[in-house]
Amino acid sequence: MAVKLMQGNEAIALGALAAGCRFYAGYPITPSTEVAEALSRELPKVGGRFIQMEDEIASMAAIIGARVGGLKSMTATSGPGFSLMQENIGYAAMAEIPCVIVNVQRLGPSTGQPTAASQGDVMQSRWGTHGDHPIIALSPVSVRQSFDLAVKAFDFSERFRTPVILLTDEIIGHMREPVELPDFAKVGTYEQRVTDKPADYKAFRNAAEGVPPMAAFGTGYRYHITGLFHDEVGFPTQRLDEIDPWLERVNTKMENHMNEIALFEEDYEKGARVAVLSYGCSARTARHALKLARAQGKQVDLLTLFTIWPFPEKQVEELGERVERIIVPEMNLGQLALEVERIVGRKKVRRVGLANGEMVTPQMVLDAMEG
Amino acid sequence: MSQQHILDAATLEQHEALIPPSGWFEQSETLQKLRKNKKFPTIWCPGCGIGVVMGALIRAIDHLGLKNDDVALVAGIGCTARMPVYMDFNTLHTTHGRALAFATGLKIARPDMKVIAIMGDGDALAIGGNHFIHAARRNLGITALVVNNSIYGMTGGQYSPTTPLGGKATTAPYGNVEPPFPVCDLAAAAGATYVARSTVYHALELDKFLAEAIAKDGFSLVEAVSYCHTTYGRLNKLGAAADMMRALKDNSLSKSAYDALTPGQQAENTKIVRGKFVDKDRPQYTAIYANLVTRVQGGEK
Repeated sequence: MAVKLMQGNEAIALGALAAGCRFYAGYPITPSTEVAEALSRELPKVGGRFIQMEDEIASMAAIIGARVGGLKSMTATSGPGFSLMQENIGYAAMAEIPCVIVNVQRLGPSTGQPTAASQGDVMQSRWGTHGDHPIIALSPVSVRQSFDLAVKAFDFSERFRTPVILLTDEIIGHMREPVELPDFAKVGTYEQRVTDKPADYKAFRNAAEGVPPMAAFGTGYRYHITGLFHDEVGFPTQRLDEIDPWLERVNTKMENHMNEIALFEEDYEKGARVAVLSYGCSARTARHALKLARAQGKQVDLLTLFTIWPFPEKQVEELGERVERIIVPEMNLGQLALEVERIVGRKKVRRVGLANGEMVTPQMVLDAMEG
Repeated sequence: MSQQHILDAATLEQHEALIPPSGWFEQSETLQKLRKNKKFPTIWCPGCGIGVVMGALIRAIDHLGLKNDDVALVAGIGCTARMPVYMDFNTLHTTHGRALAFATGLKIARPDMKVIAIMGDGDALAIGGNHFIHAARRNLGITALVVNNSIYGMTGGQYSPTTPLGGKATTAPYGNVEPPFPVCDLAAAAGATYVARSTVYHALELDKFLAEAIAKDGFSLVEAVSYCHTTYGRLNKLGAAADMMRALKDNSLSKSAYDALTPGQQAENTKIVRGKFVDKDRPQYTAIYANLVTRVQGGEK
């Protein structure tokens, strides 16, 4: 494919198409709307379906409904809409329905500044809905990676039967870069395959390493799906001998596959005593700061996380053993830094946070290396 | 104490004629639509009207000759929303108020399936009111079945958008100060192509309306007026389940009887009007979108 100049939001829409997304439901909200606009144009061309719902709650519900009917599905939103979606994201986690939720982060809380960037939804992505549940959140650093992680988001959602948050931000979403995209026909994702006969099918049994295959409605596999705690066939239960195995299975199904799920990039130097750890738009600041520091002859490590949740504990722990200080620049007042502190201890971590819509500057990161 | 039947002699005779002979379970196609692996009894209080609606729904689906695989039941949260789990279809029990929004995605993904959204009055019209009017406006081929018992039953009797003015509820201890939603009028105004109402006393009429609604290629609404003797009945001293069932008979009239009234009598009518209020055709959403796809794939810019 030819090189094209495009936005991160547009690249996400194309990544979704390449991954086989055939249903989009959403509600307009800045700075995510370009995703909806692109898919309203592109989905009919491939026989897909686009619908603009009455609100974000309905959008989230509709993409779950469509996936239950067999279509890979996605929605896109920003902070306020993401808050509205939380209950149904919890439903998708409970009922194990694959789906992708794009959150192009903007400054909050509340209406905040719709056109200003932020990374303020890191913790909302993890803990936004009530109850204990696993989640996957991916955060791109470039336009091309917006495409790649959109594909990955669908891949993971199908592989682990889970909602996946594509946690981008206004800067990456609206930034334009020249990209060359792969041939869509060659882009693959995990596909659900049910081999059991309908009479033997149990949609929620502990099979396939904790991820039982999901049958679509209308394919001869009649079963019950609920947001209540349920047994292997999906019927509501209050029995501890059915609830406890469910909790065990669902809360470990990703943990046991972190070697697949943890996406990151290590740029390490021998003898480094300081490291920068970042993600999303702030990873670009970190990269720039690294260049400047190395130009000054300093040894600095850089760990860029593309998978935010589940938190790549192993990689961060290893980094904590390498260096004396980890600088965490992010566009919030310290959210992912909390996780880094949890792993390596508070004393090793320097938070460099801004929550006023301005990007963290490379100089702020350089300053944190001193003193 | 003399035993009193809630049905009059003629109706009783009519119902007795319907009682199947022994061995009925194995032979009945209708009852085969209940889930065999699901433990009964239901979660509903003894005497509840929701089971009557479930029976009507099964008979309507059976009457239409639909295959179990081709039917999806989508429900929200509440007493009524527990209905699908007992029936052997594709069943999706969702979040409170959102049945129609989930059903929207499912219907668009599988336009060939019969999608029926089952909701209570609070579920459909309070928390789900927005989805209700927009599903009707879009004319998605979904049947909305609203069981209206005028109260939030599962949470113990709080007033709902259909609680009568003055009615007592646990959150309206001095009487409800809000006027109720006319469910059928709301659906008709929002664009539904089929709108009908009956009561759980008139079960056979519900069968008929549900069958017509499900057969309709467009957004259809059936309001099944029921009662909650456990909460609303107790708080308002309306008696036991049988008394409330009898009240549905005594306090309702058919649409044809209502139409025969003078305008003055109609204005003063406080009884439930049973009947079909809308039955029209307009293009169904999934068909319109399928046309759009054909046009776009044909090269239209």
